[in-house]
Order: sequence, then C-alpha cells, then structure tokens
Amino acid sequence: MASIKLTNLWKHYGDVQAVRGINLDIGHNEFVALVGPSGCGKTTTLRMIAGLEDITGGEIEIGENVVNEVPPKDRDIAMVFQNYALYPHMSVYQNMSFGLKIRKTPKEEIDKRVQMAAEILNISELLERRPAQLSGGQRQRVAMGRAIVRDPVVFLFDEPLSNLDAKLRVQMRTEIKKIHQRVQTTVVYVTHDQVEAMTLADRIVVMNEGVIEQVGTPNEMYSSPKTHFVASFIGSPSMNFMNCQLAKTAGGLAVRLSDDLSLPVPEDRTARYAPYADKEMTFGIRPEHVTEKRPHANGAQQDIDANVNVLEPMGVDTMVFFNLGPTEICARAEPTSVSEVGETMGFTVSMDKMHLIDPSTGAVV
Amino acid sequence: MSSNEMTGMTTSSGEALQENRVPIWRLRKAAANYIALIPYLAFALFPFYIIAITSIKSKQEINNLGESPFWASGIAVENYTFLYTNTSFFEHWMVNTLIVTTVSTIISVTVGILAAYALARLKFRGVEMFGVAVFITYLVPQTLLFLPLVDVINLIDDFIPIRDTYWSLILTYPTFLIPFVTWLLMGYFRTIPVEVEECAYLDGCSRLGALFKVVLPMAIPGIICAILFSYTLSWNEFLYSLVFIQDEYAKTLSVGVFTELIRGDIYFWGSLMAACLLGTLPIVILYGFLMDYYTSGLTQGAIK
Amino acid sequence: MVTGTEVGGAASSPPLTLKSRLRRSIGPDLDGYYFILPTVIIVFCLILYPFCLAVYYSMSNAFIGEETHFIGLENFHYIIFEDDIFMMTVRNTLLFAVISVVFKTVLGLLCALLLLRIIKLRRFLRGAMLLPFVAPTALTTLGWWLILDPTYSHINWIFEHVWPFSVLDVGPYNFLGEPTLALGAVIFVNVWRGLPFFIITILAGLVSIPDHLYEAAEIDGASIMDKFWKITLPLLRPVLAVIILFSTIFTLGEFNIIYVLTRGGPMNETHLFATYSFTAGVLNHEIGLGAAIALFLFPILVVTVILLLRLVRRDSQYEL
Repeated sequence: MASIKLTNLWKHYGDVQAVRGINLDIGHNEFVALVGPSGCGKTTTLRMIAGLEDITGGEIEIGENVVNEVPPKDRDIAMVFQNYALYPHMSVYQNMSFGLKIRKTPKEEIDKRVQMAAEILNISELLERRPAQLSGGQRQRVAMGRAIVRDPVVFLFDEPLSNLDAKLRVQMRTEIKKIHQRVQTTVVYVTHDQVEAMTLADRIVVMNEGVIEQVGTPNEMYSSPKTHFVASFIGSPSMNFMNCQLAKTAGGLAVRLSDDLSLPVPEDRTARYAPYADKEMTFGIRPEHVTEKRPHANGAQQDIDANVNVLEPMGVDTMVFFNLGPTEICARAEPTSVSEVGETMGFTVSMDKMHLIDPSTGAVV
Repeated sequence: MSSNEMTGMTTSSGEALQENRVPIWRLRKAAANYIALIPYLAFALFPFYIIAITSIKSKQEINNLGESPFWASGIAVENYTFLYTNTSFFEHWMVNTLIVTTVSTIISVTVGILAAYALARLKFRGVEMFGVAVFITYLVPQTLLFLPLVDVINLIDDFIPIRDTYWSLILTYPTFLIPFVTWLLMGYFRTIPVEVEECAYLDGCSRLGALFKVVLPMAIPGIICAILFSYTLSWNEFLYSLVFIQDEYAKTLSVGVFTELIRGDIYFWGSLMAACLLGTLPIVILYGFLMDYYTSGLTQGAIK
Repeated sequence: MVTGTEVGGAASSPPLTLKSRLRRSIGPDLDGYYFILPTVIIVFCLILYPFCLAVYYSMSNAFIGEETHFIGLENFHYIIFEDDIFMMTVRNTLLFAVISVVFKTVLGLLCALLLLRIIKLRRFLRGAMLLPFVAPTALTTLGWWLILDPTYSHINWIFEHVWPFSVLDVGPYNFLGEPTLALGAVIFVNVWRGLPFFIITILAGLVSIPDHLYEAAEIDGASIMDKFWKITLPLLRPVLAVIILFSTIFTLGEFNIIYVLTRGGPMNETHLFATYSFTAGVLNHEIGLGAAIALFLFPILVVTVILLLRLVRRDSQYEL
C-alpha cells in the first residue's frame, strides 16, 4: 500500500511524444482511473509506473522512493493485462502462486493466500485447470487472483474488461469494485470506457494527446468539465455542441444560436460570462438536459419547438434528434410524449445546466 | 437457452441432409482427385521402394538381369550381415553420425535460442543489422565455405587436435544450423504475447528467469521443431563430411557409405542399398512421429 | 486546465546515471549483446573469416603443400577466358536451376491443389510426399544411381521387357554416360528431391486463402479456372516468390546429387559450381582456382538475398 507521485513525466518514442509532462498524485488506497481515447498516453503512463517502459523524463515515486531506475521485478506491483497474460503452461494454482514462489514465500503461506484469493473470486474449483480450459470471465478472475495473492503495494489494470462481452463486463465491473473495497490497495485503472471509469474510480484522470485534461471525482467530471474535450468525452450519449454568439440583451446575456433563436443565460451566470459578451462561443448542453416540454422547475428553463428528425427508443427514454439552428442535437425524452418523425415537438431546455466553451482555448468558462 | 437448442437442431439436421445426399458429381470429383495423386505418390516413393527391395535380394538375384528387378523372390539378410561383419557401418559411421548430430544440435539450438530471443524481443542498437546478418548467413551456401574452412580447421588443430575427427564436423555444422534455428525460433518467440513475459517480470523474474520459466515452456513446439530440423540437417550433411574427414573410422554415414562401399567397378548393390535404407530409417522414423512440427517449421520461412 | 505541459522537455529530470545514459543511446535492453554474443563469435570465426579467406585464395595460386602468392585476378581471367569446363559449368548451372525450379513450381502447385481437397488419408499422403525431402540426399541419390545404372537400370528393363516398349525398340540408354541424358538425370533427381518443399509450402499458402473469397467469386459466377487465375494465383504470389527464390539459391549451390550421380562427368559435362569447385580445390589441390569458381555464386546470392529481403518486408507490411 502506497501512494504514487508522477512529476513532469515524459515519454518519447523516437519523434513521437506519447506522454508530455504529466503531474499526478495518487493517494493511499485510492482508486484512480486513467481514461481517454486510444493513443492518449494512458497505457504508456501505466506501463511506466510498472517499469515496463523506460522513462524519458521526469520522476515516478512509489511510496516515498523514486523508482525511475528500479526494474519491474523490484517494484512490488501487480498488473492485470487486457489479454490477461496468464501463463498457459501452468495451472490456475501455479499461475496464482508463481509470483510468491519467485519471492521464496513459504509453502503454507502461499497455499493460504491462494485459497483466500480463490474464495474471494469464486474460483476455488478451478485451481487445477489450465487457462485454456477457462472461459473469458474465469480467466479474468484468475488474472485478478494472481494480482491479489501477491498483496502488492500497487495494483495496475490495463483495460481489463475490454475483451469480455457487454453483459459480463458490467458484472465484472461491480466485482472489481467489491474487491477493491475488500482488499484496500492503491489502484490505477486504465480504460477507454468512460462509464467504467465513472462507476469504478474515486478519481478520474482524463488524458488526451499525452497530457492530462482534468482530474476529479466522477461527479465533478460530469457536472463541471473544464475543457471541451472532457465535456465531450464524459457522459453518454455525449454532450451537444453548437456554435453560438453570446449576445447582450436587456435583462443580461443570451446564447444566440441563429437569427431567430436565442436562449437567455441564467442570471447567476451573467457575471461569469460577461467578459465573453459579443464573442463567438460554443454552447454545450447534455441530452438529458433537453427534455420533452415540462412544467418549469426553475426560472432558468426555456421552451423551444422543433421538427423531429429521428427517434431512437432506448426503453426508459427515447432519444430525439432535431435541428436547433444549423446543428442537429439530441434530446432525451419520455417515450410516451414524443411526436412522430417530421412533426413538431415542444422541448424544455435546462439552461442552468449549460456549458459555455471558448473555442480559441477549448476551455469551459 | 432455447435459441441454443434451436441452432443445435438446425445444424444436426443440416448434417443429416448432407450425409444422405452426397451428389454423384462430388464423389466422382473426389475419386479423380485421389487417382490424380497416384503418379505423384509413385514418383515420391519409387526410389525408397527400389532401395528396400534391392537390399533384401541375394547377389545372384540382383545379377540375374533377365528377372524383374521390381520384385524379390525371397528375403536375404546377407547384405545386412555383410555391413555388420565387413564394414564400419554400425560400429563407427552410425555412432559417429549420432554423436555429431546430437552434439551439434545441442550447441546450435542453445545458441540459436539466445539469438532468436534477442531478435524477437530485445531493443538495442544494432539488433536489426544482426537480424539481416543472420538471414544472409542462412543463405550462404556451403559451397562457398568448404575450402577455407579446411584451413580454419588446420589452424585450430595446432592447438586442439580436431583434424580428421568428427570434432571438425561438430565445430562446423553449427555454421549452417544456427542461422536456420535462429530464424525459425524468432518466428515462434514473436507469437508469444509480450504481456505474459511482462507479467513474469512484475511477478519478480529476472530476464533469464522469465526466459526459462515462461518463454521457453511456451515455445516448446518451436524448440522441438528446431531440434528436429538441426537433427535432420546434420544427419543428412554430406559435403563438409566428405571434405574434412579421410579417416575411415571417423566418417559419418552418408560419406562412409559413399566412399567405402563403392570400390572399383563392381558394386555391391545389395549391401549399398541396405546401408542406404539403414541410414535413412532413423530420420524417417523420427519424422514419422513429429511430422507436424516438421511441416510447420518448413512452411514458416515462406509464409511468415 | 492543463497540468504540466508548460514545463519544457526532460530538462528538469534528475541527473542521469551511466546506465540510463547508455540505455538512452543504445536502447532499453543492454543485455541483448550477451544474447547474441555466441552467434556473433561463430559467424565471425566460421563464416565471415573463411569467406574473406576464400576471397584471398581466389586471388592467389594456393596449392596444397606449396607457398601461396598473391596473383591478382589471374584465376578469374583463366576460368572466364581459357577454361572450357567453366563455361560449361555456367551453362549447366543455369539450365539446371531454371529447368528444375520451373518443374518444381508447376508440379508443386498442381500437387498442392490436389492435396488441398483430400480429407481421408491426408496425413499419410502428405507424409509420403515429404519423404524425399527428409531423407539423406546422398543416400537416396545412391538409390537413383542404381535405377539409372546402365547395366541394372530399372527403366531400361521396362523398355526391354514391357509392352509396348519391348515392341517399339526403345533404349537401352546410358543415362549417366551421355552428357545430355546425364544432365537430364540430375535435374530429374533434383526435382524429385526438392518438390516436397514446394508442395508443402504452397499447400500452406493455399490453406491461408480465406474460403469466403471463393464463395464470393462463386456467387459472382466465376468458373473453376476464373477462381484459379483471379484468386488463387494472385494471393499465392508472395509465397511463390519467396519459395522460388529460396529454392533457386539452394539449387544453385547443389552438390550432393551431382557428385553422387555423375561426379561432374561424363567428361566434366555436368559440373555445377559446387562440384567443379570441389574438383579443382580438393581433388586437384588447386585451392585458389576452386575458391575463384565458388565465388562466382556470390553475386547471384547477393541479388537473390536483396530480392528476398524486399519481398519479406513488403509482405509483412501487407499483413499489417
């Protein structure tokens, strides 16, 4: 159990800069998810923490020690790989005990730990099998068991669920969370699936093009993204973005989407947005904050009418696509209240949930 | 569940359908296929048949030119007893071949494993150049090297007596075995997921520990294949053995049979063929058990 | 808000140890050199050094038991302009390589296509087809020698005793005694011995062509011939190219078959580079001359290796 500290960490592959100076503190027993699109540097960062990748610049501390020059075998780290990386020539028991055996742990101790981990993971009956005889979900469990048994200071996960089918993935997600609550270790979890990151992590680190875009709790990431990238990456379906002009009106400010459509900015944001008045901005609003016409809950909600382009029923809700000015956006509506395609429908926009992005910097203001 | 049963039913009924109604044109096509292979089969096996049948004929029968040479009237063992009593076939040539083959295989596979692992996995300056160099040496024919190698052997002979002994072969066979083994094993090592090895490092293994405990056990089919190939190649080697060894008792099978059993103009065809059969048999038996490894190794060079 | 990008490069990282500086300039795996060391030693001592020695010999009058002198390109001048046997060797080598590679390719392709559809006896048939390639060449060639021997020839026996040859008055032939027949015989045996490599490799290439391509072509109305010319052959092209080049190299360097069957005879008419170099260098003790003859293989080898490497690289790109 230890904290991890990354200081100005760089990684070059020839001319390609995979990681470009990131700083990150991961606390004791914290579950941190690194999330971002493929090629954003999240896996490279994880592999540098593991020692599998040389560090081009900067420092990695595990516990209180700088580990830049420490080989992976001496870092006391366990890692669960995307393809599980089980030793195919060893039984499940041998797989799980391998790391302990290398470290010359007494036999009884090994046996005790393996049995315990197998119990936690529900794989006690599988101990004598070979990896080839296991299903995808079982292999996943063995891979985790192998890590748990070692009782390492840090637990690394590299997209551990992406090879499982959708149903199993959700199930294992819950299981990983339970296991973390039980074994209490520092966890760094890499995924490209923001839902996985949101549901599992204490804190999320969104990475893009080798840098950290934002660090925060899942709720912070959802409700107050700090960049255009984070706003678009977190949330499913993703946020709607429209070009707009921030116009001055008699009462304050309004988001002007087209010649005949303006939506007033809520009063409590007027001061915050005032410096951007009359500028070209990007207006962002999540689909769940554009609903069928409802009685207003607060003064910030606005009604609009539009023709329905496409309907996507999801069961609980129906996604309604319609044009708002020149852009097609998505709303999340009650299934019974939607109109037919081509007909006009009334919507309520919760402007208190809006985001305004400065397109020149990509920052949410 | 129910959908599974459904698909299960449809496939089984589909199979039953096929079984009942194999169209006649398909049967005819299959038969034509097998018949067309007969000439190929006859071509491939013909000399083996002749070698075997001649080896069990008596001298009189071989020299009876009016009789059909394709069949033997009885089984004579005189050719085999001749090999045992009058030649060094079993006592020296067979033993020498076994020693040379085994030792040079052990050397080549060990050295080849190390080189192949470096080529497949490790990143350091010059590794690519090394790969190209290995590939080129793999293609350098023995024709180019046998003359100067005589001098190299003489040079070494000044310090360690290896001239005209099978040690000169053990020393030189690796020159064509190692490049081949390296090339072959490199392909196998590359099919082993890097993550498994990385996991071994995280589990506390050093480089050699990971190689021996994880990579090699996973590469066993490749290693068997490499051993089989080195064994076959050195068993079959002819030129170096012919050039480097003059001492009758130090010769290997192929060369011993060729140089010692053919004397003058009257050939002892029977014992010659018996020797050919016995010299071929060990390799054929070995390969009968391990054919699949052999074919996978053979095709790997061209396909991958 | 972006963390850390403003700090420039690796400038602020701690001072580098010697090891990490080495790793930076050489690559992460310094121990790689230990792994290749044995191979490097063997290649240097037993391949590179002898090769240089061969080049030196080719420019000397090296003769067993006599002092060696540097004589420049005299050996090459001699074999190119004055040595009739060498000219014949060049001709033989070209004929030998071209004819046998063509036969091996065509017959190998045909046989592989036949074997592809075989289900019963599959292992047995493939195993039997491979035998000539696995068995010791020198020994099996002795078997062919018996079959082709003027007195004992099985083929001549057929000509004499089996209808319709017995009526037609064919043969008997002295297969190894007449230059043209002898060259034909060594080519024949070389095809016999090398064919399995083609069959098995082409077969593996055929298996790797996905079925759905043929199914798609069938739906488009392609005939068997269309499928062969438009799908099989183009997709087999890389495999064919590689094995043809491989086989060319090994056929050019062929020694065993020639030496066992004809020893280059009759009248030095069936020599290839290898046997002629052996005759000059070992049997006649003219090491310089032998080395010069063998060296003629080298330029051909270099061209083939370059072609091969290009092919192998292009194919791997294709795979990605």
